[in-house]
Order: sequence, then C-alpha cells, then structure tokens
Amino acid sequence: MDTSIANLRVGERGMIQEISLEKIPLSLLEMGCIPGESVELIQRAPLKDPLYIRVNGSHLAIRTETAAQILITKE
Amino acid sequence: MPEHKAIRVALVGNPNTGKTSLFNQLTGLNQKVGNYPGITVDKKVGKSQLGKDMIASVIDLPGTYSINPTSIDENIVLQTLLNQDHDDFPDVIVVVADVENIKRNLLLYSQIKDLQIPTVLAINMADQLALKGVEIDLETLKNELKSEVVLVSARKNQGIDDLKKVLIDYKKLNTEPLATISSRIDKLYFEEMDTSISGLSLYKTWLYVTQMQEFPGLDEKEIEIIQKYKQDQQKIKKYQHKETIFRYQQINAILKKTYSVDRSKAKDLRSRLDRVLTHRIFGYLIFALILMMIFQSIFDWANVPMDYIDAFFAELSSKAQQWLPEGKLSDLISEGVIPGIGGIVIFIPQIAILFLFVSILEETGYMSRVVFLMDKIMRRFGMSGKSVVPLISGTACAIPAVMATRNISGWKERLITILVVPFVTCSARLPVYAIIIALIIPDDRVLGIFSLQGMTLLGLYLLGFLMAIVSGFVLHKTLKVEGKSFFLIEMPDYKLPSMKNVFFTVIEKTKAFVFGAGKIILAISIILWFLASNGPAAFDTADKDFQAAYLSDEKSSTSYDEALASYKLENSYIGVMGKSIEPAIRPLGYDWKIGIALIASFAAREVFVGTLATIYSVGNDDEEQSTIKQRMSEEINETTGEKLFNLPVGMSLLIFYAFAMQCVSTLAIVKRETNSWKWPLIQLMGMGLIAYLASFITFSILN
Repeated sequence: MDTSIANLRVGERGMIQEISLEKIPLSLLEMGCIPGESVELIQRAPLKDPLYIRVNGSHLAIRTETAAQILITKE
Repeated sequence: MPEHKAIRVALVGNPNTGKTSLFNQLTGLNQKVGNYPGITVDKKVGKSQLGKDMIASVIDLPGTYSINPTSIDENIVLQTLLNQDHDDFPDVIVVVADVENIKRNLLLYSQIKDLQIPTVLAINMADQLALKGVEIDLETLKNELKSEVVLVSARKNQGIDDLKKVLIDYKKLNTEPLATISSRIDKLYFEEMDTSISGLSLYKTWLYVTQMQEFPGLDEKEIEIIQKYKQDQQKIKKYQHKETIFRYQQINAILKKTYSVDRSKAKDLRSRLDRVLTHRIFGYLIFALILMMIFQSIFDWANVPMDYIDAFFAELSSKAQQWLPEGKLSDLISEGVIPGIGGIVIFIPQIAILFLFVSILEETGYMSRVVFLMDKIMRRFGMSGKSVVPLISGTACAIPAVMATRNISGWKERLITILVVPFVTCSARLPVYAIIIALIIPDDRVLGIFSLQGMTLLGLYLLGFLMAIVSGFVLHKTLKVEGKSFFLIEMPDYKLPSMKNVFFTVIEKTKAFVFGAGKIILAISIILWFLASNGPAAFDTADKDFQAAYLSDEKSSTSYDEALASYKLENSYIGVMGKSIEPAIRPLGYDWKIGIALIASFAAREVFVGTLATIYSVGNDDEEQSTIKQRMSEEINETTGEKLFNLPVGMSLLIFYAFAMQCVSTLAIVKRETNSWKWPLIQLMGMGLIAYLASFITFSILN
C-alpha cells in the first residue's frame, strides 16, 4: 500500500518510491533520501512534529509537511 | 624563521565529522580567525608543519553536505574551490568523513573529486571502528575511489602523520573524476554543453549552470552560454535529481566491496539517550534545567572576577592619576582610556562562560535535539526550531546570534529571528543591569534562599525572551514576506565534547567579541572624555565664574573641587548635548547626566557604565579610589535633593535598556544579513518606540 513518511508510526519502516524536486529540495536527496532506500521513523517530536527519521545511514529531522511529500511503501 | 614553501590545503567536510578537531590538531595554536572578504563568515586559517621543509597553510572551510550550496556559508566552499584565481584556491583538498556516516560523506567526496583538484579522503574517528562494528577494506577503497584514503582519529591524535605524508606528496595524487555524469543522464545534452565551453571541464560548466549565483572569472561569452542553459530550470532540477541518485548508486557499489557494518555491535547509546532527551515531558524539563544551570553559573562564577576587575580598573585609574605628570594626556589616560578598557574587560568572564556552555552543547550533539524539541513551538511565533540557537547565543551577543540565523532556510523565519534577537538580554546589558540593580534593589533574600537582586536579574532575562517571542508572534501575523520555509537538520550521534575544541571556540569567540566591541567602546570613551573636558565659551571661564558663585553660596555642603567639577561638566560639550535632550527624557525620570550616557550608549549599551564612569571621574580628584558604583550611589538629584538612582528611575532605566536597540554593530550586521537598510531601520525605530513607552509607563507607575 502506498503512503507517505508522515503516516508511519514510530519504529515502522518503508521503502521510498518517489521524490519530486518540485516539492522537496535537492538537499534532502543529498542527505541520502532517495528512491529505493529504506526509511525508518525513529521518533516524533513531543508536539507530533517534526519527525526524526533514519534513511540511507543518515539521521535526520524533517517536518511533517515535508514527510507527507515522500511516498513510500510500507515494509 | 625562514619561510619555506607553503602549500595551500583546504579542509572540506560535512558538519559533525570532526573537521574542526582535525584542523586544531594540524595547526595547534598557529591559527588565525578572520572574515572572508565582504562577508562576516568565520575564516579559519592555520599553519601546519608537514615535513622538515614543507609548511602548509590550512584553511578550514565551513561544513557542508554538498557543493550545491543552500546557505551563504556553504556557498563559500563552492566559490573557493571553483575559482582558480581565488586567494584560497587549494593545492590539495582533504575531505573529512567519519566512520559512521561514510556514505553521505562520500557524496560530497564524489562531487569534490570531480573538480579535479588533488584530493585526499580522511576517515575520522577511526578509533571507533570496532566500537561501531565497522570494517573497512582500505586498499580496495583507495582503488575504487581513485584516491588516497587515510584513517585518522583527530581527537586521539592518530593518523595525523600519515595524512601529512600524503599531503607532502600531493602532486602524485590522482585527479581523475569519479563520476562521469554525462554518459549516465542525458548524453546529448551534456555533450553539447561540454563542447560549448571549451576551457572548462564538463562538471564545472554543469555547476555554473545549476547555481543561482554569479561567478567571477568567466568571460562574457561563457556567461552568455551558461545563461542560455539556465533557462530550462525544470530540466536542471530533474538532472540534478538524477545526478544525486547516480552518485549514490556508484557509492553504494563501492561500499559494498569495501565496507561492512555489524549493527549489533554498535552500541545503542543514541536511542537510549534520545528516549530521555526528546521525551515529551523530560525533554523540556531537562532543557529548562540546562538553561537554568547555564544562567546560574554565569552569575555565580562570573561575579567574583567581575568585582575584582571593577576594583582593579578603579585603582589603576587613580594610580595613573598620581603617577603621571599632570596634563591633558594623563587625564585622557586616567579618565578616558582606562575606564573605557575596564568597561570591556569586565564582561570577559560572563561571555567566556556562556560560550563555554554553548560550545559544549553543540559539541555533544544535544543542540540538535533542542532544535527538534522546539520547532513546533517556535513555528507559532514565526520562527523555526533552528531559531533557538541564535536566541540562546543572543544572551552572549546579538552579532554572532544574527549570523547564526544563516542555517534557517525559510526567509520569513530567518528575518523574524533576526528582528527579534536583539531583545534577548545580551552580555552588554549585564553591566548596566548589574550596577543599577545593586543601586536600587536591596541585597535581601526571599524565603531565605533566593536573592532579591538575582531574581530581578532573572526577571529581566525572562522579559527579554518574552519580548522576543511576543514580537515574533506579531511579526508572524503582520509581515507579508514571501519565502518557502524548509526544515532539515541532521541528528548527530552523541559525543563527549573535546575540551580542546571547546577551549579554542571559547578563546576565539571571546577574542572576537572583545576586539570587535572593544574598538567602538574605546573610541567612544575617548570622544566622550574629550567632549566632557572641553566646551563652548562658558566652559573656559568656568573656574572664574564658578568661584564667585560658590563663595556666595554658603549653604553648599559639597567640597569646592567637586562642585567645580560638576559645574564644568554641565558646561562642557557633552553637558550641553545632555541638557538639550533633557525635555525628551524627563518623562522617563532621567536627568541630563543620564541623557549623556543614553546618547553615548546608542552606539553600544555597555558604554553606559563607562560613560558614567567617565562623567563622574572627570575632574574627580578623590585621593581614595572609588568604584563607579559608589560614585553613582552618591549622585543626588538636583531638584528633589534625594538620591538620583532611586527605584522609579532605576526601573525605568532597566526597562529602557531591556528594549531599546542600542548597538551600532548589530544594526550593521542586520544590514549586511538582510541586504538592505530597511530592516535595521525598522528595528531601530520599533525597539526605540517600545523602550520609550515601556519606560514611561514604568516610571509613571512607580513614581
């Protein structure tokens, strides 16, 4: 089932399907967030936003609005 | 020492890879910090002895994740490496990677390698290979990367000599590009691009095409061709996307052959600490405790040296008066220069302690967790989680704080942070607060524990933060500024701070502050002294005029010398200036002497105390040394006959200094960072208005 990183629960993983540079800047790709990589939601900030994820060896924090733009399939 | 041949070495790497540790290790104390021409980004350069007769000039470039810059700091990396005529264009580049994030570090490496400058890869934190369960096949990695790879541990001083050996032989380094983007993405497009500009490598041309900014060193024809390619932004974005993916594919293939990690061996310190430090209750609690601890230590620890410094300069000033032959020059030294320098030196302890804590928090990786915790809250006030770092730094000085807003990517969030940061109580306000609080608040304790004076000071800090937050909210609702906000931070692994790095940071920042602010303060002190010891016609005849007036007034209780001094001050240039603004500041409870201090401290707040010191010491022939505090408490209001610095006046002054924009350097930095006079002027007017109204209300209520 296709969903986005924003819909993961803490501890869940997914595989990145599609990223568009229209919606997400190049820097996120350069941090390792590219199609085909597995992404795990490590934690949500206490007020539910931002998200703390691990992708392609990088530990990153992004906001929910960005996470919602990254489509994944759940693993 | 004869100057040997110095080669230029540039250190490049992701943030948090220990690049600065390596820099400190290579250069030791032979480092200099300056600014890049035209921009106030720290430029760190140091000398390193590579071999018997080879010296390197090492430059520590700002940390970056890629050479496609997203900030001014990162831009420097590209500007330095792309332009062969650049003063800092390196003979050899060291790309610093760390064991844990090697994949992402290799992306930067792959881009740098394609610039075809001799490049070495230094894998840092190699002492932790076993701990992290990492194995690296070094020989294969060297072959695959077509480059020298050195394992180092900057903190443990391992592998530094190996790195130096490679750097000595830098001419032997392979300069072949790693990725050949053209064949993998759109062969025709890139072939055409390659042939259209003959003097440049394809990758360099491609970089020129992809970047928004202008580059020096290109001729008109080249610029024209590049502009033509820039038209199709969609295509560029698509190809940048493809390029990144292609580079990662290549890196993954290389790492598969050369790198293995056994995650079960990796200690799970990060997740355990994260669970507590970003917990929805404990997270905030711990952050609050840390902040309290920082402020507590600033005041507890700094008080003692500050009192000593204060007394020392008071004594020095009076000693100078005794020792030096009488005359204008010795007056200038004892009444202008010494109190002026004292006014700067006195807050070295506080600044150093604050920078100590901030740099420890950054070094440990905790600061990123604070950004993570605070982002949602700060967004309500038009800022970002990243605004927390500038706001905390603002307690030391607004100048580095304004510069620290650079990694906030949304323009509106960044602008709001810049506009509100000067409300945060900076160390320049501290001497003003300290002295006024000591004069008007009794040294009592509340409930037997909390010092009333300390609580007042804490209250002023909270007031500053509150004002910053509230004005952030107002600006958020009213400012119509375009600008997409994008939030991305790395959550680095927790580390024990390196004392060496912390030490260098504290020394560096304190030095920058003292010399930066010091120049202004010293200059103003001297000008003030001049304006206070010279004056229009009435000043010159003061001695004669006053004698007659004094002798006829039998009720006067003050000594002749003292009364003469204050009469002269009143008739000096600065006295005239102070008097002329008196009508405007009388509603706030101030007299012309405070007016003088107010005028002077619009350049920099800390000048306030120095100014009063200068004003009260001009013509002060007291044999005994007295501190500024004593002189101020003895000051009498001429109309009421009561103490001048009473509660209403003191509180009104405190409020005024809490809100008013009295710092020329900050205004200059804001102008530079926002690239227009509009914002600093709005800041100056807005904050001035708030300060005036708030002081007026405070004085009216208390009086």
